[in-house]
Amino acid sequence: MASFVRITLDDRVYLAEEGAQLVAAAKECGVYIPTLCNYPGIPPKGACRICTVLVNGIPHTACTTKVVEDMNVVTTTPELEAFRTSIVEILLAEGNHFCPICERSGNCELQALAYRYRVPVSSFPYLFPTRDVEAWHPKLIKDHNRCIQCKRCIRGIHNAKGQAIFAFGKRGDKVVINIDRETSRDISDELAQQAMDICPVGAILRKGKGFDTPIGRRTYDHAPIGSEVAP
Amino acid sequence: MTAKATPAKKVIATTSLAGCFGCHMSLLDIDERLFDLIELVDFNKSPLDDIKEFTKECDIGLVEGGCSNDENVHVLTEFRKHCRTLVAVGECAIMGGLPALRNLMPLKDCLDEAYRNGPTVADSNPQQILPHDPDLPKLLDRVYPCHEVVSIDYFLPGCPPSADLIWDALVALVSGNELALEYRTFKFD
Repeated sequence: MASFVRITLDDRVYLAEEGAQLVAAAKECGVYIPTLCNYPGIPPKGACRICTVLVNGIPHTACTTKVVEDMNVVTTTPELEAFRTSIVEILLAEGNHFCPICERSGNCELQALAYRYRVPVSSFPYLFPTRDVEAWHPKLIKDHNRCIQCKRCIRGIHNAKGQAIFAFGKRGDKVVINIDRETSRDISDELAQQAMDICPVGAILRKGKGFDTPIGRRTYDHAPIGSEVAP
Repeated sequence: MTAKATPAKKVIATTSLAGCFGCHMSLLDIDERLFDLIELVDFNKSPLDDIKEFTKECDIGLVEGGCSNDENVHVLTEFRKHCRTLVAVGECAIMGGLPALRNLMPLKDCLDEAYRNGPTVADSNPQQILPHDPDLPKLLDRVYPCHEVVSIDYFLPGCPPSADLIWDALVALVSGNELALEYRTFKFD
C-alpha cells in the first residue's frame, strides 16, 4: 500500500506518495514543473534537463527524482527559469525548427515552452545542420531536422511483440533516431498515430496527415503549457 | 490625456529584406489604429511611403526578412546606422524563416535547380547560364538572421507577427513604456 509523506514544494507543505516521480507528484499537488523528454507512463530519461529543480538546495531533474520524506523542493527561481530558457534556446538553434511550415505548430511542446518563457529568438547561433527526412516507411515520416533526441519514441513505442520500433543510429553529435525496419514493418494505424502523438515536436508524422486543426483550436493557442496543472 | 504641447513625433523606417512583405501587411492590419499611428509617428525610408533613402535619423527601424544577398546586408547596415532602435519583425528577420530552407543545401544546388535543371527551365536555358549581371545582388552562402549581421534591439516573433503585437510594440517604443508580451500575440506562426 502506498504510503504518503510530507514534502515541501515552493514553501508549501503537501502530502505525496513516497517513491512517486517528483514531476507527477508535483502535478497532483497542482505545482507545474516543465518537462520535455518526460512522458507519463514511460520510464524517465533525464535527457533534456528542463525539469531541473532544487531538492534540498541541489539541482535535480525532477523526472528522475523520487519522492522521499521531508524533501524540500524549489521549482522556480530566476536562475532555474534562466536555465530552462537557455535549454529552449539551445534546442531551437541546434535543429532546423521552421515553425510556420511545421505540421505540429501549435501542438508542439518545444514551441509551447518557448512561448511560456517568451523566447522570440535563440541567443545561440543558428546552426542549420544538414539532416535528412526519412519517408521510406509506409505509414510514418521521420524528419530529422526537427528531432530533439528526447527518446520518447524509443522508450514509449513498441510493436505487438514488445519490441521498440525506434532506435538509435550513428554516434556522438551525429546521433539520430531512426525507424527500425524490422520491428516497424507491420505497425497498425493506431500505433503510427501513437508514435506521432508521443513526439513532442514534429519529427514523427503520420503519412497523409497534415494540418488538420485550424489556428485558434490547437493545444497551445490560448493558454501556456503548464496551465493545465497550475492555471 | 490631451496635452497640447505635443513633443516631436517619433520617426519610423521600415524595410523588407529576404521577406515576403507579410509583416508589412500585418502592420497595415492594425486597421483604424493607422489613424492613431500617423498622429504618433512620421515615416521615413519605407516601402509604405516609397522613400528610397534615409533623409534623416530615425527613432525606430522595423526590419522584415533575413539577409539572403549583399543588398540585404547593405540595407540592414544602413538601418543600423540610421535607427536608434532596431526591431527584427517576424520569423525571417529573427531566424531566417522560409528563405533559410536553402541553408539546408549547397547554394549551387539551388541555382542549378532554379536556372539549369528545373523542369520549367531545362529547355529554355540551353547555354546553362546563371544570372550574373553586375546590377544583380550577389547571393550570400546562406541566409543569415538579422542579429547575426548587426546588433538588434528587439524581436517580434510570428509569421507574420499579429497586428496587435506590432501595435503594442510600436506604442511601447513610442511611449517609452515596457512592452508586456501577451501570450495571445506571442506566436511563431
